[in-house]
Amino acid sequence: MFKVTIDGIEVEIPEGSTILEAARKIGPEVAPPTMCYYSSLETSGGYCRTCLVEVTKGSEKDPRPMPKLVPACRTQAMDGMVVTNELSARVKEARAGVTEFLLFNHPLDCPVCDQAGECHLQDLSYEHGKYKTRTDFERRTFEKIDIGDKISLHMNRCILCYRCVKVADQLTDNRVHGVLNRGDHAEISTYIKEAIDNDFSGNMIDVCPVGALTDRTFRFKSRVWFTKPMDAHRDCEKCSGKVVLWYKGDDVLRVTGRKDTWGEVEEFICNTCRFDKKKTSDWTIEGVRDISRHSVISANKYKKLVKPNEFTLNDIKALPE
Amino acid sequence: MQRMVKRYPEGKHKSALLPLLHLAQAESDGWLSVPVMNRVAEILDIKPIEVYEVASFYTMFNLKPVGKCLIEVCRTSSCWLRGANDIIRHIENKLDIKVGETTADGKFTLTAVECLGSCGTAPMLQIGEDFHENLTYDKVDKLLEEKKNATTHSRYVDHHTFRS
Amino acid sequence: MQRKLLFEHIDTEGIQTFDVYRSKGGYSSVEKALKTMSPDEVVEEVKRSGLRGRGGAGFPTGMKWGFLAKPEGVPRYLVCNADESEPGTFKDRYLMEHIPHLLIEGMITSSYALGANTSYIYVRGEFFYVIRILERAIEEAYKNGWLGKNIQGSGFDHDIYVHPGAGAYICGEETALLESLEGKRGNPRIKPPFPAVKGLYGCPTVVNNVETIAAVCSIVNDGGAAYADIGVGRSTGTKLISASGHINKPGVYEIELGLPVEEFIYSDAFCGGILNGKALKAVVAGGSSVPILPAELILKTAEGEPRLMSYESLADGGFATGTMLGSGGFIVMDESASVVHNLYTFTRFYHHESCGQCSPCREGTGWMEKILHKILEGNGTMEDIDLLWDVQSKIEGNTICPLGDAAAWPVASAIRHFRHEFEEYVKHPARHQQINFYDHCHNLASATT
Repeated sequence: MFKVTIDGIEVEIPEGSTILEAARKIGPEVAPPTMCYYSSLETSGGYCRTCLVEVTKGSEKDPRPMPKLVPACRTQAMDGMVVTNELSARVKEARAGVTEFLLFNHPLDCPVCDQAGECHLQDLSYEHGKYKTRTDFERRTFEKIDIGDKISLHMNRCILCYRCVKVADQLTDNRVHGVLNRGDHAEISTYIKEAIDNDFSGNMIDVCPVGALTDRTFRFKSRVWFTKPMDAHRDCEKCSGKVVLWYKGDDVLRVTGRKDTWGEVEEFICNTCRFDKKKTSDWTIEGVRDISRHSVISANKYKKLVKPNEFTLNDIKALPE
Repeated sequence: MQRMVKRYPEGKHKSALLPLLHLAQAESDGWLSVPVMNRVAEILDIKPIEVYEVASFYTMFNLKPVGKCLIEVCRTSSCWLRGANDIIRHIENKLDIKVGETTADGKFTLTAVECLGSCGTAPMLQIGEDFHENLTYDKVDKLLEEKKNATTHSRYVDHHTFRS
Repeated sequence: MQRKLLFEHIDTEGIQTFDVYRSKGGYSSVEKALKTMSPDEVVEEVKRSGLRGRGGAGFPTGMKWGFLAKPEGVPRYLVCNADESEPGTFKDRYLMEHIPHLLIEGMITSSYALGANTSYIYVRGEFFYVIRILERAIEEAYKNGWLGKNIQGSGFDHDIYVHPGAGAYICGEETALLESLEGKRGNPRIKPPFPAVKGLYGCPTVVNNVETIAAVCSIVNDGGAAYADIGVGRSTGTKLISASGHINKPGVYEIELGLPVEEFIYSDAFCGGILNGKALKAVVAGGSSVPILPAELILKTAEGEPRLMSYESLADGGFATGTMLGSGGFIVMDESASVVHNLYTFTRFYHHESCGQCSPCREGTGWMEKILHKILEGNGTMEDIDLLWDVQSKIEGNTICPLGDAAAWPVASAIRHFRHEFEEYVKHPARHQQINFYDHCHNLASATT
């Protein structure tokens, strides 16, 4: 086991862990934000640069500080390493810069974006962004492409985290989409008109940190914070069958994988579970999903509820402000 | 094409993608259409998207048709210091097109490109594999005259470029 | 008199061909290494020579070779970085075009030292005519028994293949180059692991610049100590400098490291002074990415010492008053040149060449270009200059690969040393916009031949 100190808090981690893994073990108060890293996708991370941290002591053996900020998600923690995250002015400055860069070409269409409420870029800019916009240049736009009737692609919102490409590479054996072009013209695309359709393609929606890939079957049905999440499962031959059902009244509006504290899906689900099983009778309901992310959905509105039919208006009224 | 594949270790045949795309482009009127790229994917036994991803990354691959003579004028620093903008303006006037356009008769496409590594002989332009350096208006005029009647597309590479 | 190690025979008629090259002592380093030295002894000589990577970073070559992992049963590769794309740099093209066998000889000797049986020369795609020249030279080398199986009866096998790029500056970054060589997009890898451990096809790999590999020949022939005798301090040996811009004699010059900058600019043996007798305004001394310096700081350090063409002297004063030797792309600007517009061409270049993987570079390079364009269009404000400064500072050090720094440094240095010119441009854009064209101060019809 290695001992690592992050923002003054010491933690023990297995050899080979990254700084991010160590920070997450301590908890959200020291864990840097991540936009491209995804725990269940191999080789993810390193691109967005939001998790840059300062290493003030390299290790017990080699205590020299690292001259540059390093991406926590792709940097191995060493025994005796000392890291500063939120306590480092350099880190905060760089993170504010990265946030500004990510917003430089990102449309401010949150009012009509289905991701609003569970968007990591919203959270990032709220927590780490600047108050003032310093640019009035026209934002980059892409031609809209149709990738089928299940998934919507809004390339203008994409921050090129590469997660959806890794999903296709790691969960399926026939990737038809990828990153095309270069630099700030780079885009997620199929190049030719082709529907992205395989048993696991729907996971692209779950891993997308922004509203670039959204569930077309859920499109404009409801703001996410008006839906109530319930854990449910079914016997599925393709996947674990463990999902979250998002209800409005008695209707299942959407099915997603179960996301952990960090907003990352632990077990990917198949498209049958996601798109074809939208009746309560398809599922065994386990109970209310505790959404641990710090977004509006996690306001614990439904904590007292066990089953959807027990949900009444009075429950909302009874909640404290 | 199989010859190119043999330059790389077994199982690493995807390495031949760049040279194969160059050869394919040279044989396909100077640009890569979807069927051409799909054919390359087939030869290398890789997914078509892998070819599109790569072809769209590198500036030498044209994903749209180009004129018979593709003029690429360097415009970065050293070339700019020695008159690249004048050369571009001169060609624009001569051909009556703007940078990025193709003449109506399909003979010329004019592009402005970034540093071609010929800074000591600036200003310069490239047509196919040929570098035309130390340009003057006269030289450009002669070049345009000479290329006017080109019957094939300018190309960077042919089957003799690589050793057999 | 300046000694020449790489270009000693460059003017010899027919030096491109094997026979002439051989008659001038070519391939003797291979002979010496294979017959009289162990691979480790070659590595030791290179360490002793003090040779530093000539591609731009200046990392000690011997040390880099020493890092190469040597697991049992795993092939090792030498990859030559001939993706010369740094604006202002054209030395590798010149070397490969005029004396291709020197590179091939260096490849064989270096590969022997590293235990690599296969090597690749990654040549930038725009240089296809150079690829033809190299392929011809490689063919000759095979025919004469310097490549292939059992070279000169030594038992050492070696094959060299030339691989074309296809238009991407980023592939000059060694891990992007390896990705590209594997047939992928030229996206730099996240390090570690370094190529010395996991490089081409996941195998231990050394990536060296053309000039670095060529320099190995004379190091093996004459010994590392003799090489280290040339130069000054930790800047040993000779360096190829690509000189361009407003000078009388643009071209590639082999200099002994330590040559005074002033002599390099004004001597007839080198740049031959400023074009049309004008005054020197500024120099970008090591390729587009290194800080620009005004005339007074490129000729003399802040302390008033003569500035020398060496890694240390050019870096004297840090980024506040110094710069870097980089790849040796020496771009000279006379008094009529606009630093702001020249910077715009650099920034446009980096924006165009950013691979788009990481956000500070992808978005930041475009942002900087837009701000500069706004200033050039006459719509700039004083705040834009500060914003430009701030944006570059947010890119620097925060990206996956050095392209971010390379894009940031020219912006920072231009504002640091020429802020007044940015302000002038903002105040009186029309006065400066005409400099966009060269005819304004030079006559293109006669200035070049």
